[in-house]
Amino acid sequence: MSQVALKKETPVSDDGMLKGAAKLTPEKIRETVRKVLDGETGARLKTYAAMCARCGMCSDACHFCLSHDRDPAWSPAGKVKRTIWELVRTGGKVDAEFILDACRIAHTECNLCKRCAMYCPFGIDVAYMMLVMRRICHKLGVTPQYIQDTAHSHSATMNQMWVKEDEWIDSLQWQEDEAREEMPNLRIPIEKEGADIMYSVIGPEPKFRAQLIYQAAVILNASGVDWTMPGTPGWDNSDMCMYTGDNEMMGRLKRAHFDTAVRLRVSRIVMGECGHAFRSVHDMGNRWLGYRQPPVPVIHAVEFYHEILKQGRIKIAKKFEGPVTLHDPCNIVRGHGLHEMAREVVRLTCDELIEMHPNREHNYCCSAGGGVINCGPPFKTSRVVGNRVKAEQLFAAKARGAKTVVAPCHNCHGGLEDIIHHYGLGMDVKFLGDIIYSCMEKPE
Amino acid sequence: MYCEKDHWDWEPGAREVADIDSWKSEHSYVEEVYASPDGEKAAAVVKTEEGEFSLRVNDATWEPSFDRAWYPRFAPDGRLTALVSSGGEWTLAIDGVLWENGFDFAWDTRLGADGAHAVVAVQRGGRYAAAVDGEAWEDDFADFTGLAVSEDGLHAAAVVQTKPFGQADIETFQQGCYSVAVDGKVWDRSFVNAWNPALSPDGVRSAATVRTSLYDYSIAVDGEPWKASFPCAWEPRFNPKDGSVWAPVKTPGGWTLFRDGERAWKKDFVELWRHSFSPDGKRVAAVVAKTFGRWTVAVDGKPWSATFGDMVTDLAWSPDGARAAATGKDKGRWTIVVDGKPWPASFDRVWPPVWSPDGRHTAARVKKNGSETVAVDGRLISESFVKVFTPSWSPDGTKLLVRGVRTAASAGRAYVRSVVSLSEFLG
Repeated sequence: MSQVALKKETPVSDDGMLKGAAKLTPEKIRETVRKVLDGETGARLKTYAAMCARCGMCSDACHFCLSHDRDPAWSPAGKVKRTIWELVRTGGKVDAEFILDACRIAHTECNLCKRCAMYCPFGIDVAYMMLVMRRICHKLGVTPQYIQDTAHSHSATMNQMWVKEDEWIDSLQWQEDEAREEMPNLRIPIEKEGADIMYSVIGPEPKFRAQLIYQAAVILNASGVDWTMPGTPGWDNSDMCMYTGDNEMMGRLKRAHFDTAVRLRVSRIVMGECGHAFRSVHDMGNRWLGYRQPPVPVIHAVEFYHEILKQGRIKIAKKFEGPVTLHDPCNIVRGHGLHEMAREVVRLTCDELIEMHPNREHNYCCSAGGGVINCGPPFKTSRVVGNRVKAEQLFAAKARGAKTVVAPCHNCHGGLEDIIHHYGLGMDVKFLGDIIYSCMEKPE
Repeated sequence: MYCEKDHWDWEPGAREVADIDSWKSEHSYVEEVYASPDGEKAAAVVKTEEGEFSLRVNDATWEPSFDRAWYPRFAPDGRLTALVSSGGEWTLAIDGVLWENGFDFAWDTRLGADGAHAVVAVQRGGRYAAAVDGEAWEDDFADFTGLAVSEDGLHAAAVVQTKPFGQADIETFQQGCYSVAVDGKVWDRSFVNAWNPALSPDGVRSAATVRTSLYDYSIAVDGEPWKASFPCAWEPRFNPKDGSVWAPVKTPGGWTLFRDGERAWKKDFVELWRHSFSPDGKRVAAVVAKTFGRWTVAVDGKPWSATFGDMVTDLAWSPDGARAAATGKDKGRWTIVVDGKPWPASFDRVWPPVWSPDGRHTAARVKKNGSETVAVDGRLISESFVKVFTPSWSPDGTKLLVRGVRTAASAGRAYVRSVVSLSEFLG
């Protein structure tokens, strides 16, 4: 850690952050920091703060740091030093400018991907500390505008895209109509109480990517499982409140999701290809509510696809042509160990898999996760420039023949598409559902 | 006192009501079956011809057919409702008769306790309201969620948007753009958020969880928040007898129950929700987590000793309010727990417990080894089904009506109603 930091800050242009910071006083900052540190943290934070040996091992774990030529200012320890540690050290005696900077770092320069926790000799969880920093920012009213707007949508509609109750049902029925052109008796069963599976998606699917619902319906129908989708709020499994530090809303969202599954009395929830939502149901939202595990088992689409392919419930008519590479989404790989299962699904459906390196639990994040992409246009450039190493990974895979990137996560899609566009890589990004739908035998 | 159930057929024995297989030979498309409360009718959405759908009820199909029909639900009085659309116009059909008014969309059918009145959420021209027996509120709103209906089905409440705000306009949103509308009339005050509207049993008073800032939660009654605010709060409920409003709230010590803004239970819990009043309003119980990840029921603040690792839900009081039951799930296995004592059997899935009129027995729909059936006090009846519906007790509590779809002798599927005598079953 002896290298001199080179980072030059560009002024924050985010309206939500600037207006929030303008209302801060030193007293309010101190009081809020004290309340969060004393009331909501404990030995974990103190231990992490005390244990860090400033060894710099985390630096090579962080895609931001690697993409900025190992500038220590971008290292996980460097970011922690400039955010939560300073609040712990000073007891919150910092000014609004500090909070603004800390908010930018915690919200837009760390994806909470937890790669650094694997490289830290003590296993210090930097993502946890960044979340504490975001929690303090939330309590201070200093949160990037676009992700705050998404949190508002969650609170008003229980989904992240301001989708109204009728629009949701209408979207399902529209996709059912569309899919019936292909499979005349296909059904998207809404509110089928007692079904085996509740299929849940994230807000952007009905809003922007309705074809994913269509494809899922074809796959679920063809596989012959007994499934349903809710006709009420609670259908969206996503959770940006988890990332804004609005833990109370995170809990309300997860309760709505779990209660919906319990009301429909399904035996399990199958969720679409989303990473952060998986973290929310399996790790954070459930535990805020007092559940050790989700009250209804939740499996990710990767697990479901693996199950129906291995059981022969769907058959692949012709494998996807051309080599593909696989991006490992942090939340389902480091968070849940689905990397080998994902590879098996790719091998069962695609001609050839070309690996990126490092991969599996050592993957580089897409730089969109952790709510960073949801902070919107003001931070897009720093997000994409901050993941040059991913572009290099993708380019290396392309040089070996990979034309398509398979990414079983929505945020990863957005992040990778931005990287591919920015660096001119000319690759397609696909969900596993895209691949399966295009290659499967479809019943008449 | 008149009791609808007195007029049901309580003669012990099984009777096939509908041959589902024959439906499938007549229609190229048949959805799942629903059963009337008295068990005399089975219904499903069917395709009548290409692109046309209707409701099949026993041997007949509704005369009108529709571009789309969904959400078939029997009312407590045995009438069949379904949401239907033709030519892009939606409405509610009851026994095949459509409401006179149509809407751009209609959803979330709610029925009064006696089935006489129906409420649905409706949208017309991008504006939202509730329609009670086909008549939409005079005032409509830019958004509408969380429909709540009074016991008689004559009054409705919902969270509505009261002020416009633009895309990513987080400042206006945080000034408060949501409130509660009751029968179309909005509370005087708006909030950052409102959730879980509740109506008093007579539909006159209303309450909801509100957020007055991003950080302060309270319970508003008829638009007026409690003086106390909390870091979080769940759904309010009216005591059915004295009209007091109770809600789970988070305090520095954990979750507890508040009544009319004052602490009602001394004890705090890791979690507390789904509170429920005994029919006489004298007792209140809630689902609680005593410790992290261990769930049970607390009655009047005292938790049962038996706990479950997955969850507890479906709180149900005996008719006399002396006993309480709930469903519990532990390590993936479901059961019913009565007054803190779990049934001696567990199942793959369990549905809400139903108390016998005398409060001596509980029955429930259960699933085990891929089949569904009914269990009473943990013991299975002899018949098993592909699907079974919530069982009903006879008014004298000596018999149980079991409704289900079973595999018929012809290997096809049939809907049957079966009356099981409790004396034969329990010995």
